Amino acid sequence: MSISIRQVSKTFGAFRALDGVNLEVPSGGLTALLGPSGSGKTTLLRIVAGLESVDEGTSGEILFDGQPVTDNPVNRRQVGFVFQHYALFRHMTVFENVAFGLRVKPRAQRPSQAEIRERVQELLRLVQLEQLAQRFPSQLSGGQRQRIALARALAIQPRVLLLDEPFGALDAQVRAELRRWLRHLHDTIHVTSIFVTHDQEEALEVADRVVVMNRGRIEQVGEPNEVFQNPATEFVMKFLGDVNVFHGRLHNAEPVFTGEPAAGDAVRLLVRPHDLTVQMQPGDGVSLQARVYRVLLAGSLVKIELTSQGRVVQVHVPHETYRATPVVAGQEVYLVPKVSRLYGAEAEAIEYVI
Amino acid sequence: MNRLKFKQNSVLPGFGLSLGFTVFYLSLIVLVPLSALILRSAEGGLEGFWRTVSQPRVLASFRVTFASALQAALLNVVFGVTVAWFLVRGRFPLKRLVDALVDLPFAMPTAVSGIALTALLAPNSALGLALARLGVQVAFTPHGITVAMIFIGLPFVIRSVQPALADLSAELEEAASSLGATRAQTLWRVVLPLLAPSILSGFTLAFARALGEYGSVVFIAGNMPMRTEIASLLIITKLEQFDYTGATAIAVALLALSLLGILAINLIQARAARHWGN
Amino acid sequence: MKRGKGRNRKGWLANAALCAAALTVIGALVVLPLGVILAEAFSGGWRLWAASVAEPEARGAILLTLAVTALAVPLNTVFGVAAAWALAKFRFRGRSLLLTLVDLPFAVSPVIAGLIFVLVFGRSGWFGGWLAERGLKVIFGTPGIVLATLFVTFPFVARELIPLMSEQGSEEEQAALSLGASGWKTFFKVTLPNIKWGLLYGIILCNARAMGEFGAVSVVSGHIRGETLTLPLHVEVLYNEYNFTAAFACASLLAGLAVVTIILKTVVELKGARDAA
Repeated sequence: MSISIRQVSKTFGAFRALDGVNLEVPSGGLTALLGPSGSGKTTLLRIVAGLESVDEGTSGEILFDGQPVTDNPVNRRQVGFVFQHYALFRHMTVFENVAFGLRVKPRAQRPSQAEIRERVQELLRLVQLEQLAQRFPSQLSGGQRQRIALARALAIQPRVLLLDEPFGALDAQVRAELRRWLRHLHDTIHVTSIFVTHDQEEALEVADRVVVMNRGRIEQVGEPNEVFQNPATEFVMKFLGDVNVFHGRLHNAEPVFTGEPAAGDAVRLLVRPHDLTVQMQPGDGVSLQARVYRVLLAGSLVKIELTSQGRVVQVHVPHETYRATPVVAGQEVYLVPKVSRLYGAEAEAIEYVI
Repeated sequence: MNRLKFKQNSVLPGFGLSLGFTVFYLSLIVLVPLSALILRSAEGGLEGFWRTVSQPRVLASFRVTFASALQAALLNVVFGVTVAWFLVRGRFPLKRLVDALVDLPFAMPTAVSGIALTALLAPNSALGLALARLGVQVAFTPHGITVAMIFIGLPFVIRSVQPALADLSAELEEAASSLGATRAQTLWRVVLPLLAPSILSGFTLAFARALGEYGSVVFIAGNMPMRTEIASLLIITKLEQFDYTGATAIAVALLALSLLGILAINLIQARAARHWGN
Repeated sequence: MKRGKGRNRKGWLANAALCAAALTVIGALVVLPLGVILAEAFSGGWRLWAASVAEPEARGAILLTLAVTALAVPLNTVFGVAAAWALAKFRFRGRSLLLTLVDLPFAVSPVIAGLIFVLVFGRSGWFGGWLAERGLKVIFGTPGIVLATLFVTFPFVARELIPLMSEQGSEEEQAALSLGASGWKTFFKVTLPNIKWGLLYGIILCNARAMGEFGAVSVVSGHIRGETLTLPLHVEVLYNEYNFTAAFACASLLAGLAVVTIILKTVVELKGARDAA
């Protein structure tokens, strides 16, 4: 089931949560909506589910396989929604939670008791929690609750599966485990899925497609590799990983990063820590003077902390590279970017900090 | 659409039905009858209103009602804080039972409390005789009114203070002691300011309840005009004489005075909250 | 924790003083009145007690009280649930005004609560003439008693449910809807089980007040023997006739109701706390 989002806007009081969003979600994929809090990602997910409506008087539409569903209320949209805090029914056992969607079907479509039991068992097997059928939600761990919430959503054979911050409330270890498990589950059941996250690593690792959102708009859509290697905007570049920012000015169409103030438009050079090399001599192109502050050798990469233009700069190099050109604290060096991006005045200022 | 502005949209159904029924039923049972009180009191005009409420007997009833309610609420602060302290901090095997008993004055029909307190304190009862020997008469005097009002107000203070006291972390008091405060200083400068809002709201509830109380007071009061006649009783007396205008005027005055009293206490509370920063 | 012997002894003394003070307050103000009721009620032996409770006027008063309660409690329960649904699950203009209005009857003294119905339905009230022409009696009749009882017990269920439902939020309801449940199914299968202890608590308090209300009912009843006397009014009449033993016998029934109420209340509180944990 493909999902089309057309011209969707949403305002809460004076706050514009979504601003004319258009998005095509292909059938069968696992798509991540990625953005900082307040970027509108959860609102968009809830609008797809029918838990929020688009602003009245706008032409915003949601289509499933080309059929508009905008006017279908949530209980007739047949979407599986997994809530951030699970929203399990606290007065029902795990079994009854999963069976709920089947039991509330109109009498004519309702499966028999035996069918319900079989279907619930099957789902519990799928999420590997068969042995917990008679427990209550309060007796489960966070990760188990999350999997029950997922089984419950799948019970109604949803046309699309929507997950709101599915790993948000879990601790780091369970999170990583559940991430792999969700990817694996998706590869087994192939239902079109969208999940919301503010964690770029999670989005890049789990999804086939990443939609980066900021301030109610979509900044970029693409495969994880593509958005990471080829960020469309300064925001995407900063949001998808650690970045060093160097401030300079354009002088004869060349960026200049020397300390003295020069005439010309202000520019920012963005370089990821692993895209900088440390040299004793300036290179041919852009070279930035820096002073080594600290070297951290523990870890899979050598982390070198330097200061340049009065700011902290991070450089990550492999151990063998470091062994070839070792540096010590206090040493004056040059930084040469291998891959970098330059942004001028037109790129909007971003509050996101490295 | 207008509706969107009126209500933030939500997917949950039943807003129109539940709100419609709520407003309809509220109007039927509460708002329309209460508006009758306001409208009927306006019929007599301001002059008629003033003539009624400035009668010495009416003024005396207000004085008796307010003075007793104030006394009772103040004493209830002492009793209520003591019992709440016991329920939270005390060690006693049957604490659960005592905790449940606290609600009895609230659950007891007021007429039953009234005759029980009267029987307990009547001049010919054992307790009444003992008190008489000390030169105190409680039943059929203003003291009796205060006792009845203490009885019905006690749970309000206890139930306001108890949760606030339970929330009070022992660490705060330990911190105060570790900084060199004596036990008295800790109580006065740390514990009391933190409990003050809940004490004051318990006081307000007990006071408001006492002002309007009828059933538990009317038996023990003796109901002597000018001395032990409370405002609520005077309303009934006027009604029995079919003096609707008089009854309405007293009712409006009582309602207005008690609202003013509660408002004043709330203002004190707001100021105290600012002063203590919580 | 290890404490010095002196400290321990001081703590023991403080605790003993605290217990003594609190038990004196509760003993004098709560236990003693309860004891007096029982002592007076059974002062003529239990046969006399039984006779006082079973005589026709007492039976009539009990039946009237039960009938009034059977009307008032369900009506206010339905109202309380509807009001809590509207006020706890939705945000709309005028919400805080409505919250205040729901609590309003608690700020009105019982006698005034009775008075307002006299002003509307009494002989010279708004609808007095209209009712008299048709031979209908609201004031000095059962309908007036029911109305006054509805007024004084109005907020009990609503005020119990509104904070509870606000705190629970509406995520579970949203989940139920997303699984295809209709509005009513969502309410009966998800909301109601979650609020059942709070609802029961409100109903218990509402019931106790409905059965025991005195001031408001006293104003509208007219004290017609065998006709408009509820049990608390019957107690008053007996007491004023110096028929103390019978008065206390009937009062002991109401005191029993109060005791049952606080027992049920305690049980429901415990159950609710266990479910919330």
